[in-house]
Amino acid sequence: MSASTPTTNAPAQVLRPDRKRNRLGYNILALVTAGLMAFPVYWLIVSSLRPNHEIRSYDQTLWPSSLTFDNFARAVKQDNFATAIQSSLIVSVTAVLGGMIIATLAALAIGRFRFFGRKALMMVMILVQMLPPTAMLIPIYLQLNALGGIDEYWGLIVVYLVSTLPFATIMIRGFVINIPVELEESAMVDGCTRMGAFRRVIFPLLAPGLAAASIFALVNAWNEYLFAYILINDNSKYTLNVWLMTFTTERGTDYGALMAASTLISIPVVIFFMIIQGKMATGLTSGAVKG
Amino acid sequence: MTAADTKAAGPPVPVPRVPEKTGISPSGQEADGPRPKKRRKKGELLPYLLILPAILAIAAVYVYPLIKTVIMSFQDLGRAALWGNGETPWVGFEQFTNILGDPEFWAVVGRTVVFMTICVVLTMGIGLLIALMMLKVSTWVRLVLTVALIAAWSMPLMVAASVFRWLSDSDYGLINTLLADITGNEDRWLGHNWFLDPWQGFGIITLLVVWGAIPFVVITMYAALTQVPKELEEAASLDGATAYGVYRYVTWPVIKPVFTMVATLSVIWDFNVFGQIWLLRGNKPEPEYETLGLYSFSKAFESTSFSQGSAIALITVLMLSGVAVYYLRQLIKTGEVE
Repeated sequence: MSASTPTTNAPAQVLRPDRKRNRLGYNILALVTAGLMAFPVYWLIVSSLRPNHEIRSYDQTLWPSSLTFDNFARAVKQDNFATAIQSSLIVSVTAVLGGMIIATLAALAIGRFRFFGRKALMMVMILVQMLPPTAMLIPIYLQLNALGGIDEYWGLIVVYLVSTLPFATIMIRGFVINIPVELEESAMVDGCTRMGAFRRVIFPLLAPGLAAASIFALVNAWNEYLFAYILINDNSKYTLNVWLMTFTTERGTDYGALMAASTLISIPVVIFFMIIQGKMATGLTSGAVKG
Repeated sequence: MTAADTKAAGPPVPVPRVPEKTGISPSGQEADGPRPKKRRKKGELLPYLLILPAILAIAAVYVYPLIKTVIMSFQDLGRAALWGNGETPWVGFEQFTNILGDPEFWAVVGRTVVFMTICVVLTMGIGLLIALMMLKVSTWVRLVLTVALIAAWSMPLMVAASVFRWLSDSDYGLINTLLADITGNEDRWLGHNWFLDPWQGFGIITLLVVWGAIPFVVITMYAALTQVPKELEEAASLDGATAYGVYRYVTWPVIKPVFTMVATLSVIWDFNVFGQIWLLRGNKPEPEYETLGLYSFSKAFESTSFSQGSAIALITVLMLSGVAVYYLRQLIKTGEVE
């Protein structure tokens, strides 16, 4: 989102020398910050590629002496790796898709119409976000247990879907109200049906908002641990995060394999972030231009 | 719910253009006479159809369980009752009086509040400073910083927790090696267990929580900061305002609603930190590492007293409701909920 903001680009040549020196200071500070923020990520990747004798060394070094894929091999061979990927994919993707559809509908209603109960709905949405997951855990567990939803994907899907719903709705609503009603109306004057106007005019303008909201939903679902841990007891249905625990046994933790497995789990999220980030930048900057 | 409402509960249906004739007049205002086109009659039922799926979903996963939580906290639901043998006895306020009279509970509350406060202050402070810094740096540096933030942000919680557990490992952790190298005191730091002393242990946990929360804060605050009109800032500095003055009177009012929103969310999130502590303590947090969420969890699932767990969860909700009300009031004031 940074590259697309023109604010600091253009006036560079008119800066007075002292401001230039200032900028150098900020640049250095920012690079140090970037280094600190990225360090755990670097350490994750480096540790996953390190030979095991360096992992289990009392003298850790910042740079590995050699690189190996042994840790990855051990991680992939760990029981239930494939099924854990499958579980995470099924649960996250279904929850995000469902959540986005429901949230978009609700956001359109809240953003476009004034109706009785609209305010109350928004307040409920905001309030349920405040509920701690641990507060919901016990009754949800008991209820799913009664409905036979323990060890079933659908139980987890429903929980993830709803837990991202309020934030997604409020976020998408922000994009909805930024789209002038006149656009929609003129499309309808030009002969579009309401659905047509939505599909051709609203939806494309809403896409950055949907992208941004889906990041949150996906990251939430992919990263969620507590409910996955409680609601799924069947080893073959563990999601990836719960599966990570299997690297820690009574005899200790296989850090090399754990780091390799963790790297593998992060890759999809990183890729998704990278794809969506440009769209998010468009959304944020277009909002900025409009003021 | 009318019959027409429930029909739409499934997949989204194409919305009819024909004005719906229903008895419902949602706002109570009859569209008498030719009101301006903004209030269209066909809009009367449509918004309810649109929000119905969301309402059903929220009711199923939040409202109903919340009611159950309240009910359970007035009962004594142990393992036996859970598996269906025997009635669940009503115990009135017994769960609450037991919990509130337990010094351990108050220790947990204190720990949770202190931990949350430190995490929120650090996250918001550092996050805002980084966001402000991002306005001042060259484009390529901002890109580098953004990439670093997104890399940190995209790290799943459990993965991040694993990395920090590895970094703080007593035998093979980098933190100990670095501290030994820097201080030259190998005996002190090599093999140092950070989690023997809860203060040190929570230091590592705080590091993890703050590190994980900063990217969201920075990216949101930076987006808010780019909304501040440049002309206003320039006009203010031309009029002789100091950098701080510009920030205080021009920048801050614009970003304040976003700041409040993010800070409130941070309070909620940090009050309920679970996974980070859980994994850093190897899935078996010691009592001195229990925050309210973990405490409620261990009461419910380890002591199998679901009612105790529910009552603790309910007390947590009541505590957070103050924050929630404040947040709502802020939103209403700024016109977010209009």
